[in-house]
Amino acid sequence: MKSKAIIHLLVFHLILVVIWEIITRTGWVSPVLLPSPIDVAIYLFDSITSGEMLKAAWVTLKRLLFGYVIGIAVGLPLGLLCARLKCVQNTLGVLALGLQTLPSVCWVPLAILWFGQSEAALLFVVVMGTTWSILIAADNGVKNIPPLYLRAAYTMGSKNTHTWIYVIMPAAFPAIVSGMKQGWAFAWRSLMAAEIYVTIMSGFGLGQLLHYGRELQAMDQVLGVMAIVIAIGLLADMLLFSPAEKLLRSRWGLDKS
Amino acid sequence: MIPESEITTHAAKLQIRNVSKRFHSSNGITHALDNVSLDIREGEFVCLVGASGCGKSTLLNHIAGLEIPDEGSLQLDGVPFSGPDRTRMMLFQEHALFPWLNVIGNVLFALKLKPNLNDKERKEVARYYLHLVGLQDFANSNIHELSGGMRQRVALARALAPNPRILLMDEPFAALDTMTREQLYGDLQRIWQQRKITIVFVTHNLREAACLGDRIVLFRPRPGRIFREYPVNLPRPRDLNDPQIATVSGQITQDLKTIGKDSA
Repeated sequence: MKSKAIIHLLVFHLILVVIWEIITRTGWVSPVLLPSPIDVAIYLFDSITSGEMLKAAWVTLKRLLFGYVIGIAVGLPLGLLCARLKCVQNTLGVLALGLQTLPSVCWVPLAILWFGQSEAALLFVVVMGTTWSILIAADNGVKNIPPLYLRAAYTMGSKNTHTWIYVIMPAAFPAIVSGMKQGWAFAWRSLMAAEIYVTIMSGFGLGQLLHYGRELQAMDQVLGVMAIVIAIGLLADMLLFSPAEKLLRSRWGLDKS
Repeated sequence: MIPESEITTHAAKLQIRNVSKRFHSSNGITHALDNVSLDIREGEFVCLVGASGCGKSTLLNHIAGLEIPDEGSLQLDGVPFSGPDRTRMMLFQEHALFPWLNVIGNVLFALKLKPNLNDKERKEVARYYLHLVGLQDFANSNIHELSGGMRQRVALARALAPNPRILLMDEPFAALDTMTREQLYGDLQRIWQQRKITIVFVTHNLREAACLGDRIVLFRPRPGRIFREYPVNLPRPRDLNDPQIATVSGQITQDLKTIGKDSA
């Protein structure tokens, strides 16, 4: 980002916070419903220094990463299989398309019934939220490879495994990256929903922290947790996906966002 | 040092014997090639021309090994073949370069599949061919940063790098502007004379064919057959704007019109 753009960004958000502060100061809105940004900042400072927030964030991140990695490990190979084999495409491919449209929070009741109030229930919801979109992205990515690439590769002596590793996978890379990004967003949403629903003893995550904020009528806590959830989302984007997208832009020359 | 075997080649002789190919589609059966026979000498530059659907590209795909004939056989120096092979490299109308690799990465793609070379030699061979097409300064560029003509040059370097004995070209310059194309005619003739490689060149541009070919083979469609062959005995290097070239292409144009009337 250029420095001018950064200044615009900061000023914009500063204005928002100032408006928010003014609203709470004038008493238009009860502080029970909307605490001032200063209260939220104090809560964030306290919860972070006491370690409560970081502990919850760590619990949540562990679940997220674990579920996401399983989702990729299952979704990616199945997606490639889908693109390769007509019979898998006509069966699993159609099922995946259907399940992908299902908001993953719908899995929560079933997950609780099957796995009880456990880590497994949360993991199940995250995996269900991730797998299908990655599967479909990988499938589409491979199917949309220009046949010319393959013909060129064959004439140069590439075949079978070599073609898969050095032609098909890199050619499908842009689609796979955007599928993984979407999968990450779905995993994140599913986990938050699941954590708000499912309270378990093995770990107290951000979703649960947010849930108890509501129960305690502590809106500063609710807003503080929301801020952290946004921050983690942005950070993940910067660390996980920005480098890949930067590579795509410079190498492929296409603007994928 | 670049191994001598990587930059010198023995041009191959190609024999096409009674090749037939039918495609099945919703409109029924298309006889893309019907009993086509053709002999191409070692080091010859042959242009295949004809209206679209006459089977010229299909024949090229057969020589590349991307299609298998229903009947007939293809032989390289008397040895029958089927399937693709590095001895027969193809250049497509669209450059078909891989966007995930840079220029030298693309040229190295086929070389990496070639045994008996170490990485240093592969790099040197790749640089040699980039130099041959005049792109030595662009080795580390990305494909999207190059112009259309430069991309096709990289594709040419990539096709030449595995040191094929036959180079197949499927309307490789059709998508380029006139200036770039004329420049590439010159370059291609220079490279061909320097390397003495056998070239089979498909085009629908008759002047292009007359400018480049030792011999022009005119196809007729439905079913795809060879209609007539024209030797072109003009001195090289040839210029596209030479009136003698117009004379040759004019004659073929007449025949093409006759075919058009026949099959209409």
